[in-house]
Amino acid sequence: MSDPERSHRDGVRAVAPLAIAVLGFGASFGVLARAAGMGVVSPIVMSATTFAGSAQFAAASILGAGGGIASAVTAALLLNARYGPIGVSVAPYLHGSLWSRFIHAQLTVDETWAVAAEGEGRFNPKVLLGAGVTLYLAWVGGTVLGVAFGDLIGDPATWGLDAAFPALFLALLVPQLRTRDARLAALIGAAIALVLTPFTPAGVPIIAASAGCLVGLRRGRDPAAEEASG
Amino acid sequence: MTQAWAVVVLVGVGTVAIKSLGPVLLGGRPLPARVSSLTALLAPALLAALVATNTLGNGEALTVDARALGVAVAAVAIWRRAPVLLVIVLAAGTTALVRALGA
Repeated sequence: MSDPERSHRDGVRAVAPLAIAVLGFGASFGVLARAAGMGVVSPIVMSATTFAGSAQFAAASILGAGGGIASAVTAALLLNARYGPIGVSVAPYLHGSLWSRFIHAQLTVDETWAVAAEGEGRFNPKVLLGAGVTLYLAWVGGTVLGVAFGDLIGDPATWGLDAAFPALFLALLVPQLRTRDARLAALIGAAIALVLTPFTPAGVPIIAASAGCLVGLRRGRDPAAEEASG
Repeated sequence: MTQAWAVVVLVGVGTVAIKSLGPVLLGGRPLPARVSSLTALLAPALLAALVATNTLGNGEALTVDARALGVAVAAVAIWRRAPVLLVIVLAAGTTALVRALGA
């Protein structure tokens, strides 16, 4: 069971510090997409339907470089392929109707999934929804600001906002490292991602890093020892 | 313009489908023990990979830049049990400062 004490408001609070960064990157996506010739409406529609930053940046920059539809779509979907396993991990905690599960699924992105994680593979759907709606509004709102007033905002990297994401992920990772298996999975995941980064298209390293969870298949594990170390 | 719309529609439909797959098909039912022992380790594996690539990768290569120092400061703050808001502000502030100084 997920922690019944935590509510939607906890989800909002958990991602609030990041909402500013997401707003800034939404705006810079708007600017980049306009510069790439996507016009005014299609970047906003993309943020509202795709709601996945890295994939949208990849698609817009490939279009801007004259890369064509096939390569833009392939790159974006490769980047989003990680949401397959991520969706499977959240699925057991979504008990609502088909429509409710569909909405939760669309709002499941790296940051909201990470703040909704309660350790040992448990997820809190209320925290997920609160965090998801907050970041969705920031992302779509930021995109609108970007296409409308892009030139006034400047590059979020100037403000160091690109470092906000790994900092949040690290803060959420540390409490997950209580068991030896979790520490091993994290180490393998990071190593795979770093080794593959120079050799594969963006997106592939993160998908491949999921293989870190295969340490759960190790034979001869002693569950009692695992409890004791955790 | 039409090219942009084609990408928006294809990426949108593809992403919605990928995200929906697990929650819509399996939703609400517990996973087999064998599978859930793996998904329990997905969070540490993927979070660590996201930390690594967002700190040391630029999408094409590995690089050590201002972000690395920002995340290092964040790591110290996490170790000292600072609240998440402070961790994020320190990471962004350090990175911005290093860039402003042109390092």
